[in-house]
Amino acid sequence: MERSDSELIAAVLKGDIASFEPLVAKFSPRLFATARRYARREDEVEDVVQEIWTKAFQKLSTFRGDAPFEHWLMRMAVRTCYDFLRHHQRNRENTFTELTTEENDWIERVATTPADTSEDSNAAKQLVQRLMNMLSPPARLVIQLLEIEDKSVKEIAELTGWSVPLVKVRAFRARAEMKKCLARIARDKYL
Amino acid sequence: MNELHQKLIAAARRTAPDERVPYAFEKRIMARITSGAHVDTLAMWSHALWRAAVSCVAIMALSGVWTFWSATQQPQPDFAQELDSAVLVSASPDVVW
Repeated sequence: MERSDSELIAAVLKGDIASFEPLVAKFSPRLFATARRYARREDEVEDVVQEIWTKAFQKLSTFRGDAPFEHWLMRMAVRTCYDFLRHHQRNRENTFTELTTEENDWIERVATTPADTSEDSNAAKQLVQRLMNMLSPPARLVIQLLEIEDKSVKEIAELTGWSVPLVKVRAFRARAEMKKCLARIARDKYL
Repeated sequence: MNELHQKLIAAARRTAPDERVPYAFEKRIMARITSGAHVDTLAMWSHALWRAAVSCVAIMALSGVWTFWSATQQPQPDFAQELDSAVLVSASPDVVW
């Protein structure tokens, strides 16, 4: 019979380390999906998820069971991804001189016929990635959680460990930063 | 620019999350955990130092109690009399220096 998360956790805490594997198998897809939003290369993605699981194992005794294990794990995942962004921020792209022809065409279509321009195109997805790579780590995290994943300020505060006022301040700054980046695209495109 | 912003956010929302897990990833995690490579040195030192601090406080408390108890058991010396004895001993003819 399949054991519940709390039963598996209790077994691990009693010394049965093998009971940790079903938890890894169950929640790794979600962790990989999360890590892929912040890291570009597959080796970096795997490193981030490995670090999340290592921390989860080390700190398993601090899991109180008030909320589902997945919530506790996702908090750890978001904070680990944020640390990853901070450590890798020197690699942030800061130029739009290498926009592809597709991306240029897509931006032009948005400017001329926004209603007819599809968001499903590869060019749109590439542009989003470029834009996110330009943002500072806190801005990127807030935009990802607030605007793309549509989480509330309170949820973001719980995930990141920031206070609600700090989330609001960072959201305000992130939106301003994003506007600046978009203005640069528009300026570079139309100059 | 607002349209551009909205279109880009909409594009990001429509991008389905990629939940692929690399082959044998769980095995690698378990191997890492069971090999002891997961040891958190900082946490280990932190636990050890906290335990040492608790022991030190306990020893300090016991020492304080023992000192206080010892002081109450012994007769209190009369310092005035002892000072007189110390000063007058030099004037005593019985004492040979």
